[in-house]
Amino acid sequence: MAPVATPFFFYLLSGIMLIGGILVITRKNPVHSALALIVTLLAQASIYLMLYAPFVAGVQIILYAGGIMVLFLFVIMLVNIDRSMQERQFNSQWVVGLVAATALGGLFIAVFTKGKDIFPEHALPIVESDNTQQIAMRLYGQYMFAFEIASLLLLVAIIGAVVMAKKRI
Amino acid sequence: MESMLHITTLHYLVLGAALFLLGVIGVLTRRNVVVVLMSIELILNAVNLNLVAFSRMWGGLHGQVFAIFVITDAAAEAAVGLGILIAFFRNKETVNIDEVNLLKW
Repeated sequence: MAPVATPFFFYLLSGIMLIGGILVITRKNPVHSALALIVTLLAQASIYLMLYAPFVAGVQIILYAGGIMVLFLFVIMLVNIDRSMQERQFNSQWVVGLVAATALGGLFIAVFTKGKDIFPEHALPIVESDNTQQIAMRLYGQYMFAFEIASLLLLVAIIGAVVMAKKRI
Repeated sequence: MESMLHITTLHYLVLGAALFLLGVIGVLTRRNVVVVLMSIELILNAVNLNLVAFSRMWGGLHGQVFAIFVITDAAAEAAVGLGILIAFFRNKETVNIDEVNLLKW
């Protein structure tokens, strides 16, 4: 099926993502930051759908917006944010940080203006009907070893999180 | 105007770069550890967006598989980071990252 009104949706979702990102780094209350980050993640899942990546979009919604952000909100409830909300929100090196970020932005602009010709104008057509099957074939075939390493990494992360969050082992 | 209305790979890369910059600014300037961790999530999402855009550009699926691995890493990082945050809050009664200055010169 041919895509409909791609520029409109791209700019709409980009605007939502960037506004959400700006809210994440400027809000005083971490709960508001977390909610803005959830909006950003959902808009990004929609952009994945525009890029014909439905499985990654589903994983993004379930794992990021549903799993990781709930973890964040639980931890925000566990720590005392009232005191930190009374204090200043930006550290004493924020000018240096902004200068470094501006330099990085200048680098990005230089790279994108110089190198935009190497990207092909028209994207290749993708068979979208069996996206999930194809990803599964690659995950359990070509990327089997990386998949096992990832599961080991998750096990280590679980043990590490419990060890560090527990009062006494 | 024509290049504005025709969405190419470069548009997605510029969006990813902007998101990456927002994350870097958050990491470098904020004091609250929770917001710093959320900014790291923004950076990882910018990388994911680039990977999926390149996967679309080349017509393959390797970028999408790699994006799934990055999401796995983000989950592990969030779990460990928030565990460290809880241990830190228990010891220092604060969530400000610039009060962790034991190793400072």
